Amino acid sequence: MSQVFHRSTNIWSKVSIVLGLAFVTFLAWIVVSLSWSGYVTGQSVTVDQPVQFSHAHHVGSMGIDCRYCHTTVEESPFANIPPTKTCMNCHSQIWTSAPILEPVRASFRDNTPLRWTRVHDLPDFVYFNHSIHVAKGVGCVTCHGRVDRMPLMLQENSLQMSWCLNCHRNPDQYIRPRDQVFSMTYERPANDPDFGKRLVTEYKIADVKQLTSCSTCHR
Amino acid sequence: MDSSAIRSRLAGAEGRLFWRSLGELSDTPQFREYLHREFPEQASQWNNPKGRREFLKLMSASLALAGVGACVKQPEERIVPYVRQPEEMVPGRPLFFATAIPFGGVAAPVLVESHEGHPTKVEGNPQHPAALGGSDIFAQASILTLYDPDRLQSIRFRSEVRGWGDFFSAMKGQLGAQRPRQGAGLRFLTERLTSASAAEQIATIKQAYPQAKWHVWDPTAKAAGAPSATYDFTKADVVVTLDADFLTGGPAAIRYTRDFAGRRRAAADAEAAEAAEHVMNRLYAIESTPTLTGAKADHRLPLRASEIAAAAQALSGGNGSGTFSNSAAQAFIAAAAKDLQAHRGRSLVVAGDYQPAAVHAIARQMNEALGNVGVTVTYGPSVDINAGDHAASLRELTQAMHSGQVDLLVILGGNPVFTAPADLHFDVALTKVALSVSLSMFPDETAFVTHWNVPEAHPLESWGDARAFDGTVTVMQPLIAPLYDGKTLQEVLAVFIDAQTGKNAHDLVKEFWTRAYAGTVPGWTFTDPTGQPFKSADSFWRHVLHDGWITGTAAAENGGRRAEGGNVATSDAVASTSAQAPAIAPGPSSALPPPSSSGLEIIFRPDPMIWDGRFANNGWLQELPKPFTKITWDPTAWMSANLAKEKGLIDGDLVELRYRGNTAKLPVAVVPGHPEQSVTVFYGYGRQVTGRVGSSADATAREFDVYKLRTSDALHFGTGLEIAKVGRYLLARTQEHHLMEDRHPVRIATVEEYRKDPEVIARFGERPPRTLTMIPDWDYSQHYKWGLSIDLTSCTGCNTCTIACQSENNIPVVGKEQVDNGREMHWIRVDHYYEGTPEDANSIKTHHQPVPCMQCEKAPCELVCPVGATTHSAEGLNDMVYNRCVGTRYCSNNCPYKVRRFNFLLFQDWETPSLEPLRNPDVTVRSRGVMEKCTYCVQRINLARIDAKREDREIRDGEIVPACASACPADAIVFGNLNDPNARVSKLAARERTYGLLEELNTRPRTTYMAELRNPNPELS
Repeated sequence: MSQVFHRSTNIWSKVSIVLGLAFVTFLAWIVVSLSWSGYVTGQSVTVDQPVQFSHAHHVGSMGIDCRYCHTTVEESPFANIPPTKTCMNCHSQIWTSAPILEPVRASFRDNTPLRWTRVHDLPDFVYFNHSIHVAKGVGCVTCHGRVDRMPLMLQENSLQMSWCLNCHRNPDQYIRPRDQVFSMTYERPANDPDFGKRLVTEYKIADVKQLTSCSTCHR
Repeated sequence: MDSSAIRSRLAGAEGRLFWRSLGELSDTPQFREYLHREFPEQASQWNNPKGRREFLKLMSASLALAGVGACVKQPEERIVPYVRQPEEMVPGRPLFFATAIPFGGVAAPVLVESHEGHPTKVEGNPQHPAALGGSDIFAQASILTLYDPDRLQSIRFRSEVRGWGDFFSAMKGQLGAQRPRQGAGLRFLTERLTSASAAEQIATIKQAYPQAKWHVWDPTAKAAGAPSATYDFTKADVVVTLDADFLTGGPAAIRYTRDFAGRRRAAADAEAAEAAEHVMNRLYAIESTPTLTGAKADHRLPLRASEIAAAAQALSGGNGSGTFSNSAAQAFIAAAAKDLQAHRGRSLVVAGDYQPAAVHAIARQMNEALGNVGVTVTYGPSVDINAGDHAASLRELTQAMHSGQVDLLVILGGNPVFTAPADLHFDVALTKVALSVSLSMFPDETAFVTHWNVPEAHPLESWGDARAFDGTVTVMQPLIAPLYDGKTLQEVLAVFIDAQTGKNAHDLVKEFWTRAYAGTVPGWTFTDPTGQPFKSADSFWRHVLHDGWITGTAAAENGGRRAEGGNVATSDAVASTSAQAPAIAPGPSSALPPPSSSGLEIIFRPDPMIWDGRFANNGWLQELPKPFTKITWDPTAWMSANLAKEKGLIDGDLVELRYRGNTAKLPVAVVPGHPEQSVTVFYGYGRQVTGRVGSSADATAREFDVYKLRTSDALHFGTGLEIAKVGRYLLARTQEHHLMEDRHPVRIATVEEYRKDPEVIARFGERPPRTLTMIPDWDYSQHYKWGLSIDLTSCTGCNTCTIACQSENNIPVVGKEQVDNGREMHWIRVDHYYEGTPEDANSIKTHHQPVPCMQCEKAPCELVCPVGATTHSAEGLNDMVYNRCVGTRYCSNNCPYKVRRFNFLLFQDWETPSLEPLRNPDVTVRSRGVMEKCTYCVQRINLARIDAKREDREIRDGEIVPACASACPADAIVFGNLNDPNARVSKLAARERTYGLLEELNTRPRTTYMAELRNPNPELS
């Protein structure tokens, strides 16, 4: 039986192998970069909220402590989103007729809760606990970024597992003294290489084996 | 079943042979094939009949999802904060409230976990004397009933939706007509009630309408005229039961189990010096239907139910005389009587609820003669406010209904159309009632034919009160507002009382107990736990709601309320006369019905899981394997191996039961240890009208209603039954699932043997050298080292752990068909082993063993996972990471304990909205294609670890209690840190009777067992 393809067509088979591999690589690149992009992780994306609440104004300009609103951050897995009552503590006195606050007043009046859109949304099989991170010297800024500069709340970090593990593997590089946890402006001492390690010992932070056991976060 | 094969196998066995089922014992080819398959045949096939199109659709969908799974965006989530946040509410942390779940009117005291206002988990109330932290399957499963989407959701009149106001005015209209007749046409029908506030309401109604009558019917009520007794098993050295199952079946069993098992455990672990002080109690069970109490007994005598009375007589005569179908009876009874005599004042005779009053009278005489009254047993008035002859009460009502005397019948709870004895024809009588009202949680048989249907509030939605079995007043508070317009019994009764018009359940209950506190309700005086009076009514009420019960209201403590209590004066006289005679208390023989020996005996019992049928729509209880048979979802007729052989029946044969002119059908289960010429049938199945879960699957299953055979003159047993095979029926049983061939999973010794030679337990197996392993060592010294100890001496096989685990860990229900495929999902199962010859009921011994994940230190499962979805944690747990699992099932294949469970299909119900708040928010809800298993309740470990670390301390011993351990009424399961030598679990692990399951495999399981020790009478061995 004679040859179906002439010898001169060999080039096409070589080209198609190379192109095929390149295409697969390209597809893989698309998948990977898409899954790491803010489009999927939600990083640096602002979302619509019922009230255009500005952390930059309340934290940056007014200097309100995180815990005034996020009351349960030191005792519960959940940092708490403040009840409408907390807003009205001040806004029954000031800006009482600002149109932007109408949803808040309506909520208080009608006893219907505000429905915020979650900005930092972990997958449902991850069980993050705020209280322990705060107790062990993880600053709010470390994960949430400089919220005092965010007119609209956005997610500073990717919240992917590799990002979590950065700190769970090397807590000494990220933690800060407990009294600085709620500070927006704290800087770690630059010229003290053992600073983090001392804090890890002092705060009895679990070893890496414990911090990276699956059931520490997944259950 | 091949009995010759069984005999030869038993004869050839070396040492003790334990077997789980007759199939295993006869070692049939079918059984071996079953055993050697990783999963049952076709387990990995998808048998959904939807067909090829559906399959292709799903395949393409899953391909697409697999490809871009990593890029799928999460759906947007909302956060909905409070408008005004309640005080003490910390979002993200659960709150616990004390309340009670009444069962048969008697309170099971519970603590309920509530996450942001929705209850998710029921635990026993640790401070309440009737629970001491334990609970039972019914209390545990009640949370599922709360969220059941099939509950009756609105008030209806002749199937049309109406409002509470409509009902109210309709009743007022009726009352207006009744008033001149003094309520002569007014009838109430309730179940057993212990609520003092309801009692007062009923008394008020009777005052206003003197001719009105109140009837009572509970199909499981004990025989009329039987004295009400409470037992103290902590003081009883010798216990003889007369067809009594005190370890299961109601809230009293929780405390009895704790006391009985506590005595056993203390004796088993007593050091030599204190051995004399801690005598192991000895239990003789004389019983008909095999029960878990009989399984726990040191000696068990199977007799027909009709022979129990004669056995009681023989026992009180002290000589075992009499003729019995069982040839071992005389020797047994004589030995038991001798043992009772030798333990005067420290023994106890317990008569069964389903035995006639005469047996109870003999038991009481014996207890009085033995000086047990006031020590191990207290007789007094019942905690029921309506104690009496239930059958007579219902008969009187039905006669009045038949003769047209009833204008308004108010049925408050219960399902009499389904449960009434057949000879009363309650359903026919109901059609002659001018207006009928039913209060029920489900659209059931009774609601189907009554005019007005009022949805009943679930106990977790209700204000109310009930008394515990010991009389302790237990107050109920709601965890959640009624989901479906439900009303409580008190609210419905208030409609009939002018003075209470418009009051809600909270006001009714609080107002009653505040009055009781103030002393305007006669008979009550309350003090705080220190014996001081409360500061104010408000502090009293707050205290009661916090604790869930009122101190000092137990009948034994509140002497005035229990006139008959304490030592009966005449008992001394009886004891002194009988001291010379060998007899314990010769009783009147004429009072006893003569034992009938013609025809087969039929024994009626409530189903151990769905009870009288009320839990038929509860999937957790339906799927819980029933004791002994391990059958799920269906009732069976139990009979002995000999009777089955005589009638040519095997397991799964469908038989027609003919009894007193009525017929019903049931599948057969051969139960070794069942008395001869006797058949036990379980009522509760064969439901015609109920929710989706409980409705009978097909026409055959609708004929399983054995209430149709029951007559009001012999509610609990009778003779004259005929059976005939009519076909086959598929039974879904877990008995042969997850087997571990021929090794020695349960280890048993007598307490004598063990004290003489503690090594007797270790000799059952071999402990290979610790170095004999290929798996590298892991250093646990720097972390907690979690371990779980399960004491088989205490375990009664009650299954509460299984259902508590199901509730805590969001474990789905899979349905009968899937159970038959071996796909049940329970993380902790209770294995059941027999010992003895099936044909010889006397030789049968039964053992139970709960099996959760062993959390092996050298875990075979971890090695074989190709995607690292099951890994070792620093604390030694075999972590299961659901989001990594791709469903190869290699881990399950490599697990010698068969404790891993695979989601073959989407077993979780993602659709039904009412089931969402049921789930524990701290545990992932697993999807299809994912392996899962016991985690030692890692969510509780993590919570405790975080709390401890925040406070810069170590986790305290006992701070973490997994769901199974917390629920266990016998306190048989202990969890803790094995690195802490002072932890309770470490001390237990160091005992000589502790062993590892299949420890010859050197998996070094963290879950260890403590061998079962029994205390047989040397005279009977």
